[in-house]
Amino acid sequence: MMRVAVVRFPGSNCEPEACRAVERAGGEAFYVWHRDTSLGGADAVILPGGFSYGDYLRSGAIARMSPVMDAIRAHAAMGAPVLGICNGFQILCEAGLLPGALVRNAGLKYLSRPVDVQVERTATPFTSHYEPGEGIRIPVGHGEGRFVGPEALLDQLEAEGRVVLRYAGRAGHDIPGNPNGSARDIAAICSATGNVVGMMPHPERLAESILGSDAGHRVFTSLASHLIAEPQGA
Amino acid sequence: MTWRVHVRILPRAGLLDPQGQAVEHALSALHFPEASNVHVGKAIALDVAAASAADAEARVRTMCDKLLANPVTEDYEIAVDAGGRP
Repeated sequence: MMRVAVVRFPGSNCEPEACRAVERAGGEAFYVWHRDTSLGGADAVILPGGFSYGDYLRSGAIARMSPVMDAIRAHAAMGAPVLGICNGFQILCEAGLLPGALVRNAGLKYLSRPVDVQVERTATPFTSHYEPGEGIRIPVGHGEGRFVGPEALLDQLEAEGRVVLRYAGRAGHDIPGNPNGSARDIAAICSATGNVVGMMPHPERLAESILGSDAGHRVFTSLASHLIAEPQGA
Repeated sequence: MTWRVHVRILPRAGLLDPQGQAVEHALSALHFPEASNVHVGKAIALDVAAASAADAEARVRTMCDKLLANPVTEDYEIAVDAGGRP
């Protein structure tokens, strides 16, 4: 059974949802405090959403100094799966585990709404159960979700197929495309090795059909299958 | 010696700055048409113990690169007040 560490920072949110989503995918989830120096033998780690350290200085800028980040860095370097959701994505960028940065939404408003995204890369531990090009509708909740980076970096991400999710409005629907002004409509990216994924949408918030949709569920079943195929020696 | 150091951080030139644009529109609405190219950033002030003003500036530059500014999205300027305190 997969064992997944969900990291709690002061100001994290949706971490119970992340645990439940892991459990519904047949795994065991447990919390790791940001001051811990070990991931407790976890096969995979999730950095949840929220407002770690009140977003002081910049989103994720203080959280990346937390003692647990060294363990996460080592985990990522082994090729083991790391997922940053929303604030977790911001932390991974600040920590240098993912490139680029997430800045204030172009419209300045905090966005709490469903978005339509297209799954561009299925070769990650978190997206293999989606079809390439599949459109899914999942929630976002962020004030600083505009992905930016130098043009050369954006070109590199495209060339290496590292855009995992892209905002994609659908004709005939009332949900617009890119909600926050992200460069190249990017909603999620992965590391060069593919095992570290950061996404602004919240799959854990929409992972069971009683909520109206379970569009995010397969993020977690993908992980379960990945860990059966490639067990981690943590 | 202790030096008073001021760091001024602004969005990287060329990067969309929606806060700056919103403030610029507000200034325009208040009949300040002469205002343009408005940007909103942040200011950080700190005391730094160092042998000289140049040393203090060099240390703060490292602080900026490691924490205070994001090298992907922000530019910064450092000013050290004249006259350190013993």
